Amino acid sequence: MQNWPLFEIFLRSKNGLSHKHVGSLHAADADMAITNARDVYTRRKEGVSIWVVESKHITASNPEESESMFDPAEDKVYRHPTFYVLPDELEQM
Amino acid sequence: MGEIISLKRESLLKYVLQLADNALILGQRLAELCGHGPILEQDIAITNISLDLIGEARILYQYAAEIEGNGKTEDDYPYKRDVRDWQNILLVELPNGHFGYTIMRQFMFDCYHYYHLKAMTNSGDERLAQIAAKTIKEATYHLKYSSEWVIRLGDGTQESHDKMQEALNDRIRFFDEAFIPSKIENDKSLNGVAVDCTKIKASAWAKFTEVCQTANLEIPEVKFPQKGGKDGVHTEHFGFILAELQFVQKSYPDSNW
Repeated sequence: MQNWPLFEIFLRSKNGLSHKHVGSLHAADADMAITNARDVYTRRKEGVSIWVVESKHITASNPEESESMFDPAEDKVYRHPTFYVLPDELEQM
Repeated sequence: MGEIISLKRESLLKYVLQLADNALILGQRLAELCGHGPILEQDIAITNISLDLIGEARILYQYAAEIEGNGKTEDDYPYKRDVRDWQNILLVELPNGHFGYTIMRQFMFDCYHYYHLKAMTNSGDERLAQIAAKTIKEATYHLKYSSEWVIRLGDGTQESHDKMQEALNDRIRFFDEAFIPSKIENDKSLNGVAVDCTKIKASAWAKFTEVCQTANLEIPEVKFPQKGGKDGVHTEHFGFILAELQFVQKSYPDSNW
């Protein structure tokens, strides 16, 4: 158990939506991670599909660099598509 | 004619209770592990299975109450019957033991339960067929879950293998009771309604053998299968299960809140 790798769990809550990160858990391998995720994260019908990724395969941005990474986007509202009228049929934007 | 119908009803009631008792007692046993599972994820997994089984028991007890009438409710059966009235197989009342024992008991029950429900989807009793169609989804997952653990531990380290083999050696004699028909399962009036458990034995054993082989476990020969549960003759563990299950009802009969 102490030696079990950590897995990040992603759930698709319904068809058409994308997978979202919901948490992480320990498992001996990817198959067990799927089973564990099913039991831990989908008990209340939260998902229709599960992805698991071993945490070590995720490369994260460095929090110390967040100023240079993210702040420049702060004053660029024109990058949001809010100046368009969206058709009603487009639900998931 | 009226008498035949009431005889049939009595048999059907007994048969439905037998199915419900298996699910409830195993559910109760697994519930003991709530908060005590070997790791968090398995704690949740096992209590999920426990709740699935208790849920199955509930729909069956509700059906039993409808068959019996007389103002009976689903609660009367689990809370107000004594040892000899329970018809569950002995396997499900055996103690949890170490995780290997819990998993082996679960795996044996799942091998039986899955094929039993599969056959029951064709029951001549529409209600039973519906209940089977609903619960077989859960049982399919249970079988997958317990098979994977038997393989993982049986084919794991030397220690996990030895513990699985120990559990198999100790529990194998309780496996066959599920496939030995009781008086009620052989009852002529339930022809086409009750599952012929001798007919599902081959499929259940095939699955059982296949998984044990993959897990590098050796299935010992059983000379004398243990039975009696279906006729109300239980192991010494059973009274203790009822003591815990029925404590509140016995101390505060029919109380409400």
